[in-house]
Parts: sequence; structure tokens; C-alpha cells
Amino acid sequence: MTTLSTGRRPARRRGGSAPFVLVAPAVVLLVTFLLVPIGYTVYLSLRAARVTGGGLGRRVEQFVGLENYRGVLTDSAYLDGVVRMLGYGAVVVPVMLGLALLFALLLDTPRVRLTRTTRIGIFLPYAVPGVIASLLWGFMYLPSVSPIRAVLESVNLPAPDFLGPSTVFFSIANIGVWGGVGFNMIVLFTALRGIPGEMYDAARVDGASEIQIALRVKIPLIAPALVMTGIFSIIATLQVFSEPAVIQPLSDSIPSTWVPLMTIYRDAFVNSDIHTAAAASVVLALGTLALSIVVLTVLQRRAFRSDQ
Amino acid sequence: MLRDKTNSGGPQQFGRRTFLRGVAGIGAAVTLPALLSACGGDEEASAPPKGDPDAPANLTFWTWTTNIEKVVDIWNAKNPTQKVTVSRQAQGEELITKVLTAHRAGNAPDLIHAEYQALPVLITNGVTADLTELAGTIKGEFTEGTWGLTSFGGTTHAIPQDVGPMMLYYRADLFDKHGLTVPKTWDEFAAVARQVRAKDSKAYLATFSSGDPGWFAGLAEQAGANWWANDNGTWSVTINDEPTKKMAAFWGGLVNEGVLSGKPMYTPEWNKEMSDGTLLAWPSAIWGAGVLEGVAPGTKGKWAMTAMPQWDSASATTGYWGGSATAISAKSSQRAQAEKFVKWLNTDPEATSAMIKEGGIYPAAISGQSSPALSAPPAMMPNQPTFYADAAAIAKTARGFSWAPNVNVTYSSYSDLFAKAIADKADFGAAVDQLQAASVADLKKQGFQVKGA
Repeated sequence: MTTLSTGRRPARRRGGSAPFVLVAPAVVLLVTFLLVPIGYTVYLSLRAARVTGGGLGRRVEQFVGLENYRGVLTDSAYLDGVVRMLGYGAVVVPVMLGLALLFALLLDTPRVRLTRTTRIGIFLPYAVPGVIASLLWGFMYLPSVSPIRAVLESVNLPAPDFLGPSTVFFSIANIGVWGGVGFNMIVLFTALRGIPGEMYDAARVDGASEIQIALRVKIPLIAPALVMTGIFSIIATLQVFSEPAVIQPLSDSIPSTWVPLMTIYRDAFVNSDIHTAAAASVVLALGTLALSIVVLTVLQRRAFRSDQ
Repeated sequence: MLRDKTNSGGPQQFGRRTFLRGVAGIGAAVTLPALLSACGGDEEASAPPKGDPDAPANLTFWTWTTNIEKVVDIWNAKNPTQKVTVSRQAQGEELITKVLTAHRAGNAPDLIHAEYQALPVLITNGVTADLTELAGTIKGEFTEGTWGLTSFGGTTHAIPQDVGPMMLYYRADLFDKHGLTVPKTWDEFAAVARQVRAKDSKAYLATFSSGDPGWFAGLAEQAGANWWANDNGTWSVTINDEPTKKMAAFWGGLVNEGVLSGKPMYTPEWNKEMSDGTLLAWPSAIWGAGVLEGVAPGTKGKWAMTAMPQWDSASATTGYWGGSATAISAKSSQRAQAEKFVKWLNTDPEATSAMIKEGGIYPAAISGQSSPALSAPPAMMPNQPTFYADAAAIAKTARGFSWAPNVNVTYSSYSDLFAKAIADKADFGAAVDQLQAASVADLKKQGFQVKGA
């Protein structure tokens, strides 16, 4: 009896239901809230409402194969939006990470006063929801209500048109940078705080200046944090929506297809064409996935090269 | 953009629209379209049995008319067993999208508020019930022109609630100050626009808005355009007809010359310009007085309303901007009771008077248009005691055109095309041609038969 029962216990532990029970919540949630919606989106993207019958006609949903994908990939407005989004990322990501790194390094230098206050000050815009931030900046940009323009005009300086066809791109990028610097700064700053003080002591003993310490010691040591913030920023770029969508009705310079998500929104909620929107969503999601993998592979190889 | 100009005032326009968009955008990438569009079921409108109009009922009403709850309360007090519940799901085109989704999911509301141009979208999706039978009993309550807004090919799909005949609002005080005469024709309008620029380099007579396709459509109606026609199932699309091109070229010339402003309406900037006298006139609709109250409360008593400038001074005409109707879901199981309510809401003097007072709308029913609630002018125009009498005379000259099942697509193309034309100082006539092409391409893509394409 004793031998039998002791022999059984490890066997039960290995093949029992416990692992399945423990993993079940995660699997159920993943399937219900991620895989099923994605699957349904793909299903919808292969269908379309087509009209049959006389009179005004009746729309009937039917299978159309890859027609929606063909439509999306040949839609010049959508593709222009993709290009614009990549351009937006090329401006926003370096500027945002550059500023975040600069602020983090400045706050990390010895003998800096008011660190805490400054840190909160820089972080605060991140706590402002994107829609609110865009409304706020929208008021600052609109020519006849803009306080920035009012100040410039009062001292007889030429006031820029923030919502002009060539400037609007940077005006919107500015909102993104304004809202994103704080978060990235905190991540980088925390990483800097994690570096042991002896490193700096050693560098100082070797006669390194603060700038040299920053460039040669701090930045290489927080490379993993930079990679992480970089990936987050790139993904955020691909999801840019609320800033241009809020500014769009204020200006003639932003079409409703300014970035891919705006096109998707318009197709789904203005044009009532959920099928094209689904196809465009799948295309965008695949693009995001591909870009993330590429960036992650490249950056990781470079960032961790020295370790291996 | 085309939403609710009819019956909601101004300043919240900006916040609401943008806010909704922003909220909807969060996570829109992959999951939202999937989550929102529930299972696509059968599209057949299986008409449920008609039933007893006096049987107990619990009706849901999706609408965004201002203060409609107070009007519905009157009904609920009188009909305790037939309760109507107002649900503010969304506004304008967003409500239409929601209704389409709910219809597919099988839980559409019994009663649906829809702008006239949105009706064909609902009809071709099989959302609305055929109300021709009900229509026969109340047709006489409406003018022929109004009735045409909800009837297509001999069948009626909704009962008109309110109309928005277009009229011109202008700053009487500033017109006096600059010695300007109120333009009676569009030629005079252009001349006055030039005078305004000469008198005050910061001011404009008016703005051309890329954000308001319904406004542009109204101007086209006034010019005599007919954008769509359906002949036995074949659509003809003539957005670039001669009247529309003439009207677009007129505005485009003045905007590109810098004589008129080209900034969109319904922005905080527009509010400011309407308040501080940068803009001297606003071609709008009868509900415009209510909007002014919201966007420029400080200008009370300074505006006056008159008929739109005319293309042909011999025959006065105006178009419609906005206006809406009440439809009943084809899947409603309480059809008879819903019909009873719709009839009451849109034709009973008590209901129409309440809608005028609480919602600030101009009812579609003839009896409603002579309601005692219209004896006093709108709050913004105490200087024009004859406001509603004048408006009623103008309303008689209004003409509309029929709408197509892809007005939503046409309207969103309008905004992009004209925004670009204004920004590039391009020919508005070419933009009209592009609008025509975009609209036709979409109709064909959806499988409609389109004449000559």
C-alpha cells in the first residue's frame, strides 16, 4: 500500500489537471478577447455588402474573397496615409526619445536642484489623455484663437500658420512628442538610477567629465531601456489617431485619411463599410507586427552585442 | 460633419464630435470593427404581424433631438401602458452606423431618428419598415415637398419630423456700420463680399466650409441641382450637373481670390469669428438662430434673417440643410404601437409645439409650422419679431432632391476633396467632378446599377 501510494503521487503531479486549470484563465482570455476578434475581423474582411434586387436595391452580405484587400492595397489615400504615418514616426520617435534621454541624463547629473519637481513637470503631459491634449493644442494652433500667435503678433513678429498644409505635419508631431517625452524620460531615468555608483566613481577617478560619463558609461548601460522605449514608441506611432482626428475638423489641411487608422475609422463609422475597414485593419496589424519584429531583431543585436 | 445641425446648438459640436472620434479610436485597429459589427444575420425584412395599436408596449427610441425626453414624457403620461424610452446612442451618421450594426445583431430600436439623406442607406440595408399604409392616413399633414423627402418610388419609409429650409443670417449692425445693402442675388452677394474686404481687411462676408457637405448640398438644391435619380433600379448620378458646377465655381472663384474665407464652420475659431464680427453673414437654415445662441451669445439682437441670395431674382428658391424623420425598425415586434407614437410625435400639435419649445426645431407638419409656439422670435433675434412668419414664407420656396444610398460616402469624399481644393486654391468645378467620380465608383462597387457608367 505505502509503496503504491508514494509511487502514484509523482505520477499524478506530472499528468494531473492542475497545469491545465492554472493555464486555463489565460488561455480563455486570450482566445476570447484576442484570437476570436482577430479571427472575426479576418472573416469580415473577406466579405462585403453587395446590392441585389430592383427599386432602391437591397444590400446583402456575401463572400468576396480578397477583393477588399485588393481595394485597400490599391487605395492611394490609404497608402498615402501609410507613408505619412511612417514620416510621422521618423520625426516623432527620434525627437521624443532624444528629448527623453536628454532630460533623464540632465536630471541624473549630480547637484541638480528641484529634481523631483522637474521630473513631475516633464511627466505631467503623459497623464493628459491624448484627446484632451489634442483639443488643448488645437486651440493653440487655430489662427484667431491662438495665444502663441497673439503674443508673436503683439511684438510684430511673423506668426506661423500652425495648420497650414506644410506645417500641420509638425504641429501634430509636436502633440505626440509633448505627450510622450515624460513617460520615456521616467523609464530611462529609472534605468539610470539602477546603475551602481561605483561605475561613476571609477570613471571620475580615470578623469572622465560628466559629459563623457553620460556618453561612454550611462548611455551604453541603459541601452536595453532605450530599445524598449524605442519599440513602444514605434508601436505608438503606428497607432497614431486621436491627435490628427481631433485636429481634422479644424483645418482644411488634414484629410479624413491622414493616417491609416483614420481611414479605417472613416470606412467603419462614417461610410458604414465594416468590411473594407476590417481588411485595412488586418493589413495595418500585419505591418505593425512585421515592423516590430524587424526593429526588435536589429536593435537587440546591436544593444546586446557586447554581452555575447 | 453632417450631423445634427438641425437641432442642437453650437459649441458642443466641436467637443462632442472630436471626443467621440477620439474615444472610438482607442483600439480601433483590429478589434473594434469586429466587436461592433455583430453577426451578420439574414437581411430579409420579415414584416411582423401588425398587431393592436393600443396594446401595451415598451418602445425604444434612438434619437438625438434636443430635449426630446420632455416631449416623450408628455406621451408617457398620456399612455402609461405604452412606454417610450429615449436612448441617446449617438448623433447623425454615427447613429446610422449604430443602427445598421444593431439591425444586423437583431436588436435594433423600434424607433429610429434619421436625417433625410441617411434614409436610403437604411432602406437599402432593410432596416426600415414600409410605412406606406400609415402614410396614407397622414399625408395631408405635410406639404408635397416635405413628403418627397421620405418617400421613394411610391413607398414611404419614415415620417418627417423637422425641416431645415435655408436662409441667410447677417449682422444687421455691421451692415449698417459699413453701409452695405443686403444681397438679394448671388451677384450682389459677391459685390458685397468685395466691399467687406475693402472696408475691413480682417473681415469676410462669409466662409465656404469644407466640413459641411449638407450645407453644400443645400446650396446645390437652391441652384436647381438634382444629384440622384432612380429609374427602375438604375441610378443616375449627376452631382456635377450644370447648376452644381455654376454654384461651386461661384464660391470657388471668391474663395480662391480671397474675397470669401475658406475656413471650416463649427470650430472654436469659427465661433470666435461669428462673435467678433470677422464673419458678417452666414447662409444657414431655420435652426441657425439656435446655433448662433450657442456659438455667439454676445451678438444677441445684432443678427437679422432674410431669404437666401437668388440665382434668378424672378423666382425665389431655397434649399434644405438638415432636417430629419422618424422611422420604424423592420424587425420591431411592436409595429402598430410604434406607428401610433410616430404619428403622434410628428403631427399632434401638442407634440410639435413641445418640440419647438424644448428642442428648437422647425416641425415638418403644416399644423406644426403655424404652432403658437412660433409666435415669438428665437431668443437671439428679438429685433426680428416676424422671424417665423418670414421663415414660413421662405420655407414655401424650398426645394430638395432625392438622395442616394451612398450619401455617407459622398459626404465624406466632399470634405476631403473640398478641403484640398481650398488649401491648394484649386478649381472647385474640378472638385465637383472628382466628387461625382468618387460617388459613382462607390455605388458601382456596392453593386448598384449606375446609368452611363
